[in-house]
Amino acid sequence: MLAMNYRGPFRVRADRNRPYPEIMHPRDAIVRVTRSCICGSDLHLYHGLVPDTRVGSTFGHEFTGIVEEVGEEITTLKVGDHVLVPFNIACGTCSFCQQGLYGNCHESNPEATAVGGIFGYSHTAGGYDGGQAEYVRVPYADVGPTIIPAGMDLDDAVLLTDVVPTGYQAAEMGGIQKGDTVVVFGAGPIGIMAARCAWLFGAQRVIIIDHIEYRLEFARQYAKCEAYNFRSIGDPVFFLKKATDYYGADVCIDAVGCEAAGSAMQTFTGRKTLLQAGSATALHWAINAVKKGGIVSIVGVYGPTWNLVPIGNVVNKGITIRANQASVKRLLPKLVDHVMAGRLNPKELITHRVPLEEVSDAYHIFSQKLDNCIKTILIPPRAEAAA
Amino acid sequence: MKTEITPTPIHPAPGAGTDLPGWGIDADPTNNPTHPMKHYTGADHDRLNYPRALQQTRTVEVLQSNERPTLTRVFGTAVPPSGVSGMLRRYAFRFSEGSAGHWLTLILADRINAMEGIADDLRHGTVPNIFAERGWNAAWKHDRKNVIKRVAIGAAITAAVVTFAVMHKAGKKKLSI
Repeated sequence: MLAMNYRGPFRVRADRNRPYPEIMHPRDAIVRVTRSCICGSDLHLYHGLVPDTRVGSTFGHEFTGIVEEVGEEITTLKVGDHVLVPFNIACGTCSFCQQGLYGNCHESNPEATAVGGIFGYSHTAGGYDGGQAEYVRVPYADVGPTIIPAGMDLDDAVLLTDVVPTGYQAAEMGGIQKGDTVVVFGAGPIGIMAARCAWLFGAQRVIIIDHIEYRLEFARQYAKCEAYNFRSIGDPVFFLKKATDYYGADVCIDAVGCEAAGSAMQTFTGRKTLLQAGSATALHWAINAVKKGGIVSIVGVYGPTWNLVPIGNVVNKGITIRANQASVKRLLPKLVDHVMAGRLNPKELITHRVPLEEVSDAYHIFSQKLDNCIKTILIPPRAEAAA
Repeated sequence: MKTEITPTPIHPAPGAGTDLPGWGIDADPTNNPTHPMKHYTGADHDRLNYPRALQQTRTVEVLQSNERPTLTRVFGTAVPPSGVSGMLRRYAFRFSEGSAGHWLTLILADRINAMEGIADDLRHGTVPNIFAERGWNAAWKHDRKNVIKRVAIGAAITAAVVTFAVMHKAGKKKLSI
């Protein structure tokens, strides 16, 4: 079958000779992919920043597909169902899943306890092949996969597997109260969605910070927020303090993670030399720009070793830090409702639709932020007919 | 062969502070920074004693974090460890996830694995098209100026290195005469 094949940092190709996935557990399903996205966090893999990313892996944790085959214990799905598949692989019965923490399942990743299983996200996240392929194995298919509601656009559905829940949970973890000022660092798809969702929680003012002009313009239009380029406002922390009457934002959201720009020292130690687990510039700014007693919500992805952050300021300002991988299954009912009611329009984020055969170009465009790219979806052969 | 360990729930020892009058009286699940993301049920205190799925059969080598007693009930089999990078990965898994020895060794293994990948391609009769794999078609279409700049810089550096090497060699020859 055709699938994306990782060959090393900055090198991927479409490979027609990948083996078809097989049922390996009674709770597995095999899904024929109809839509698959490239996520901003896939770029961390593509850039070689995630440990244990093995050559020959297939990435892709945001996908929809048609059920082709089910394991003998699967009764909730049948062949032919069109499903959206949350990026978390979750058993549904461990202590963490039972409490709604589907992103922290304890029975899906033998290779690390700090992260649950994730499709196509290195062996550090369980060693599963991902959905940038024609077919994919879906473990615990009776827990995660959700039948796409009648009338829902497939492009909306695929963004419900990660972008919308992660953006929404970023705002949710911010504990936003009516009247709050919320600052989002990062105008990628997740940051833009977080800014949009902040309004659902009653924010009074939403500000987004980035350095890519076309993305800031997109955020202004899509998320109806203020958008500032940190390269033209001087010290972003000082700017935000001034913008909040020298008080600090009520909530700051880090939607950037380990590849942040904006600090030569962080870039050198985090991205160029890997002396820390990525550049923590956005998190640094978030901690310093939030008010005393404020909340910093982190959904940006960082590596597992260590990062340089002003933890002393966290203590002295009494900041609460809230962070997690999105618990997609927990949030889906609410988010499906928001999409069906028109309160959220995720498909408007999609700027590029690329055949799976051109995956190398798609990664380059997204990675280098060319052609005003916000969100790319990959279309496998035969998928359009299925849709 | 690993022995399955059944963890025991933690029970407070008799006479511990949990016996004090008023223990837990002010507990408030909503006063939890994870609320409402976590629907607290107390299941944490059962530790690993929860209902589990059947065990997936291990058909390939799967490395396992030393911070867990057993394999998870399902796991991925995307790329089993092999070659020099595989040896390094096995070594890395001797260390806990809190250790630099674990993660930095894995990063080193990844870099070696990229070279093994090229060798593997060649062994299978495929010459990898590294330019295409790096998305240079898209770069040429959308970022031509930068591509030309990079190629020019690369050519200039190569020319400088070759010129220096040739002159250096010529100088050495002259001296030896």
